[in-house]
Amino acid sequence: MPELRINGGLYSVDVPVGVSLADVLRDEIGFTGTKIACHEGHCGACTVLVDGTPVLSCITLAHRLEGREVTTIEGLREHPMVESFVRADALQCGFCTPGQIVSAVALVERSAEPSSEEIRHRMAGNLCRCGTYPKIEEAIRAWRD
Amino acid sequence: MARLIRTEKEVEGRFEEVFLVVEEDPLEQWPAGPRAVVGRPATRSDALARARGEALYTGDVRLPGMLHTAVLRSPHARARVRSVDLSAALAAPGVRAAIGPGDCKGLSDECHYEGAAVAAVCADTFRQARAALALVEVEWEVLPPRLDADEAVAAGELLDSRTKERGDLDRGLAEADVVVEATYRTHVVVHNSMETHQSVCRWAGDVLEVYISTQYVWGVRDEIAESLGLDPDRVHVICDFMGGGFGSKNSADDHTYIGAELARRTGRPVRCALTRREENVAAGNRNATIQRLVAGARADGTLTALGGEYVNAVGWSGWTAMTEGPMQTLYACPNVRTVTKGARLNLPPMRAFRAPGYTEGTFGLECLLDELAGKLGLDPLELRRRNHADVGPDAGRGFSSKELLECYRRAEPHWERRHEVRARSTDTLKRGVGLASQIWFGGGGPPSYAWIRVGSNGHAAVVTGGQDVGTGTKAALAQIAAEELGLPLEHVTIALGESARGVYATLSAGSSTVPSMGPAVRAAAADARRQILELAAQRYGGEAGSLRLEHGEIVLPGGERKPLEEIVGLLGNGQILGTGARGPNPAGMNVLTFGVQVAEVAVDVETGEVTIERVAAIHDVGRVINPLGASSQIEGGIIQAIGHTLSEQRLDDPRTGQVLTRTLDAYKLPTAADVPEIVGELVDVPDPHLTSLGSKGIGEPPIVPLAAAVANAIRDATGADVRSLPITREEMLNALAGARRKELVAT
Repeated sequence: MPELRINGGLYSVDVPVGVSLADVLRDEIGFTGTKIACHEGHCGACTVLVDGTPVLSCITLAHRLEGREVTTIEGLREHPMVESFVRADALQCGFCTPGQIVSAVALVERSAEPSSEEIRHRMAGNLCRCGTYPKIEEAIRAWRD
Repeated sequence: MARLIRTEKEVEGRFEEVFLVVEEDPLEQWPAGPRAVVGRPATRSDALARARGEALYTGDVRLPGMLHTAVLRSPHARARVRSVDLSAALAAPGVRAAIGPGDCKGLSDECHYEGAAVAAVCADTFRQARAALALVEVEWEVLPPRLDADEAVAAGELLDSRTKERGDLDRGLAEADVVVEATYRTHVVVHNSMETHQSVCRWAGDVLEVYISTQYVWGVRDEIAESLGLDPDRVHVICDFMGGGFGSKNSADDHTYIGAELARRTGRPVRCALTRREENVAAGNRNATIQRLVAGARADGTLTALGGEYVNAVGWSGWTAMTEGPMQTLYACPNVRTVTKGARLNLPPMRAFRAPGYTEGTFGLECLLDELAGKLGLDPLELRRRNHADVGPDAGRGFSSKELLECYRRAEPHWERRHEVRARSTDTLKRGVGLASQIWFGGGGPPSYAWIRVGSNGHAAVVTGGQDVGTGTKAALAQIAAEELGLPLEHVTIALGESARGVYATLSAGSSTVPSMGPAVRAAAADARRQILELAAQRYGGEAGSLRLEHGEIVLPGGERKPLEEIVGLLGNGQILGTGARGPNPAGMNVLTFGVQVAEVAVDVETGEVTIERVAAIHDVGRVINPLGASSQIEGGIIQAIGHTLSEQRLDDPRTGQVLTRTLDAYKLPTAADVPEIVGELVDVPDPHLTSLGSKGIGEPPIVPLAAAVANAIRDATGADVRSLPITREEMLNALAGARRKELVAT
């Protein structure tokens, strides 16, 4: 039974070996802010931070995260990036948005004023079918305003 | 007052003549230009909930005792199910029910395409359901599929066949100084909304609750009620937040019927959600087309003839979208003949996909126009101007409004860049600029209704039964209500997404949401405003007609201002209730949207890689309610068009008809790294004949012209004629080789 540290809290979850972190977050704990759009690591909707690094929670095994710090969108709700996305209209249907914001937070933690090239490169793993990419870039540029 | 009219109704380019009960919409349009709230940028009122991950989508609905479903779909493009044995699946751990062919709508033993649903299992967890599904034994009789659209046409396997003709095509061609002829092909693309098709069904007594990711709450209600023989008001459809549809989510679909039946059998709520792989096969697509086109013109560029033989590779079912629409309506040409055939194939059914038919047809027509311009030695923009249609092509029916010439005028500075862009070419990287025009529907229509309640705090709540599919509907409707009521935007909230607790609202498709629902909301707000002013007149004296509501204040005839709260504060728990309905469309007029896009490309002539570097998009959609949301729609439409043009393609095995691109690494959606500079501009002139708003929809127009603009830019850069989508490196290298051959022959 793994004990997971998520958004600063400790959670004991009783799931079989082989269950993904995304399923544990959504179905065992109720952190449904993390979305699943492909469940095979192709789209980025399920992005969370593990020790500050973005990972795809749908292809990350929950049992491998003992002793690691997991941060989901629920742990980033007060981050200025959230407001910046709202101001820039950087979301349409919003289904990919929590994953986009998690990736964007990881990006600006690494590089507070990322260049356009850096943003396009670092965010390329987060698909958005509505095509909000230009506004997402704007939101990331203006995240501290 | 309601009255009965006979009128034309249009959805996604399909027309029908119907009797409609409509209500008059006596409000005068607001003067053009930005107002206190309308016409000014507004962020989405629900953006925070979505961004913080607090918005509950259908997939986030967790009802007590909810079961999960796995669906067995045909792996064959054409097969008959000889037998299905569910017994092993029923005995598997956690399984609560299993159903097979004939047990509900959507499950069949005749499979006409890969992905057709055959059986379903529900269990305590999705993992258990999926494991049990593998135990379902099916005996298949695999049959040879029909996969080639031309063969289907030759064999008469058609869903539809129509001919539209004006003038005499042969005479028009004989009168032409120059004739061009070419065949264009477009491919299958998949909507791939981030949220897959899904629903949760729950029976509560004789009521069926359906939580569903849908573009049409009311349509799903009626469809389910009719299929299951229920009173429509005993089907409660709920869609609070929706993760994208793009035309693919207008119906209840097999997963909902499966869920409803399994919920009935188990007495528990049942969730049925497509996996991403199912989504890529069985959830609809934009069908492929073959377009054999001809155009003739006089030396001065005047079109004398346009002809098209269109084949839509529809798949097993769906409808034959208006691929011929642009050829029929975009230009003033006296002799036009189109024949459109919808080929029935053993491939997954098409569904509406953002401007269905017109997106495909504009690629063919607007490439053909540039090939014609090349032969005539005319500037492509000038050629389009010379053939501008001042009146509608059909017996001179006028346009309710048309600002296409203004779009062309505003495109000029972008078009002028072509000299400078070409000059930046190198030996291996060739640059060029191309343009294409856009025509599409987007006027919406009746019916749609809205309620408004104003409470004693002076805030207004709009209640309707529509849905916000991610286009920013809530923001636009709130702006309209705030404008009419003279309230600050933050004093207006919107409640929608439930059939049982709202009033009828149209589907969010066909760029019709704002033009259909917007006037209903304005009418409801006007009704509430009138009642508030009547109360104010009684309180302060004077005629209600001489009072105004502005910035949350009552303005008296002498200019004195009273806070709104002073009047509505007297209500206590009372409320002002306003109702509104969408009025009729102008009779005998074409209500259409127009535009032009100018694309700049760079073609690597060694690798065939095409990069779109800049797109300028100028569209006319009448009055703009929310410039911020509209700019997002323009960018989103163009980015989806970039996928359509360059990278996305559903690949089918040509022998078996099985879909090869089932995942999001095989099916290539555009990413942040693929986005060019996008300059969007809206003409923003209200349509004087269309409703009290003069607004049309912006959802679809931006996707329509891009593919042709890119192909025309490629020709400008390299001289190569790209006539087939998507423009992969292979396609580009083939086109370059063709251009070299043409050059050799010429020399």
